[in-house]
Amino acid sequence: MKKTLHHIGLSIVAMICLIPFLWMLSASFMTAGETGQFPPRFWPEHFTIEHYRTLFDRLNLARYFLNSVLISGAATLISLLVNSMAGYAFAKLKFRGKEGLFKVLMAALVIPGQVTMLPVFLMLKEMGLINTYWAILIPGMASIFGIFLIRQYALSIPDSLIEAARMDGATDFQVYWKVILPLCKPILITLAIFTFMGTWNDFLWPLIVLNDQEMYTLPIALANLMGEHVQDTELMMAGSVMTVLPIIILFIVLQKYYIQGIMMGGVKE
Amino acid sequence: MSAIRSSTHWGSVFLFLGPALGAIGVFFFIPVIAAFFMSFTDFDIYSLGNWDFARFVGFANYQKLMENPVFWQALKNTFYFVLVGGPLSIAVSLMAAMMLNSPLTKLRSMFRVVYFLPVVTTLVAVAVIWRYIYHPKFGLLNYGLSFLDISPVDWLGDPFWAMPSLIIMAVWKNFGYNMIIFIAGLQNIPKDLYESAMLEGANPWQQFRYITLPMLAPTTVFITLMTIIGYFQFFAEPYVMTQGGPLNETLSIVLYMYQEGFRWWNMGFSAAIAFVLFIIIFIATAIQLRLQKEGSH
Repeated sequence: MKKTLHHIGLSIVAMICLIPFLWMLSASFMTAGETGQFPPRFWPEHFTIEHYRTLFDRLNLARYFLNSVLISGAATLISLLVNSMAGYAFAKLKFRGKEGLFKVLMAALVIPGQVTMLPVFLMLKEMGLINTYWAILIPGMASIFGIFLIRQYALSIPDSLIEAARMDGATDFQVYWKVILPLCKPILITLAIFTFMGTWNDFLWPLIVLNDQEMYTLPIALANLMGEHVQDTELMMAGSVMTVLPIIILFIVLQKYYIQGIMMGGVKE
Repeated sequence: MSAIRSSTHWGSVFLFLGPALGAIGVFFFIPVIAAFFMSFTDFDIYSLGNWDFARFVGFANYQKLMENPVFWQALKNTFYFVLVGGPLSIAVSLMAAMMLNSPLTKLRSMFRVVYFLPVVTTLVAVAVIWRYIYHPKFGLLNYGLSFLDISPVDWLGDPFWAMPSLIIMAVWKNFGYNMIIFIAGLQNIPKDLYESAMLEGANPWQQFRYITLPMLAPTTVFITLMTIIGYFQFFAEPYVMTQGGPLNETLSIVLYMYQEGFRWWNMGFSAAIAFVLFIIIFIATAIQLRLQKEGSH
């Protein structure tokens, strides 16, 4: 009895989480105007894919999709390389001022990113990088959180492994490339998902630096569509499906690594 | 040990740290300092073409800000969101974590994925869906309430309901994240504490009050800190759902900063808004850490 009630409770919360998404999917297949009815319909009366057609044929969705994939993919690769190198240095290299430097980085986490946006915008404008992928990729190269994640994980790698590699004459770079990186694979996957999803979903910064329609990422294009096609609910739903579906699939496939990353970030030293 | 020390030289330190620290220095620390100086200038759309047009104006931007009713409105709205939305979302996260962590729960990982789904999805897409859920005529929420004989509410158009509507959507979207951290915290509480409490006849509420809550305290402090910092940066929800309306009732500090800086190009003024936000977050963090220290003594 108690067990049944418990699971009814769990299921109600699950429904609250899921219904908006299921309804989005269903409404994206309704004919134009079908959502403008009372009582609301939960299932399309006439199933249609016309809105997906419109998105791809008339509204340039393929281009926005490509922008999102390229920007998120490139940001992920860059972040993996840059943050893993720094994380390794903070975990395993010995040099003066290391602890102090790391503390400064951690303290900087309280500074809200919005403070930097105006000057970074001006810098990128001077460099002629506004409306290019670089405007997103370059400022996002390194992340303090990413360095922290890798460092925490790399700390647990025994020094003896590194010493053994040194005995065989490995340089610092070879140690990083051949010993550290392979052992850090789980946390690298975690960082990759965080970066990919964060970049894919990011809104404020792309809104500021990408003003040219051709350069829009999916969230910016969708927000823009919201302004122009506010009455076309079914079309908006199809656009939302195209924006969230890749990220939902990616999450379901790699959720183990994602959740592990949150738990690591949440554990205090 | 000595093998590592002796063969690590500054060359490799620069190689490994250079790219990351260089990027963080150029795109984070220098801009913070630059923004600080900018907030004391009248940098505007004319200065955008030629920086020489920007003049030093002392505290004029901050003074203008203090005299501006729109700024106080934005500040009030942001605090409303932080002080109501923050605790609500933490409470929901904790309840969900305890439900999932219960030994009764079957299909735990399935429920966990479902609860987490709103966290990973794109906010703009979520906003498209929720704008429709809140639709005064055809929305699912008013439809559901009609069964309880509650007359339709214009959720996003009514100055009183607009902010609560955004808070509910934000809690729905975010609670899964803190839930995961709470689950990790709950799993670290030794099981025998509960066993001996039960032997002494403690009821579930007492177990929660005298074991779960105190044992979770470090996790809760961490979560509260991160949630408050995050919620002060409230932006995308009002931007896509209400554009700060109705009557500026959902205008947040960051939205105000964005509008002044990147819509009207009043960048000096906008930098001052950003710094006020920074100071508020800094003070909130300091208070939190202080409370945590006092709590542990």
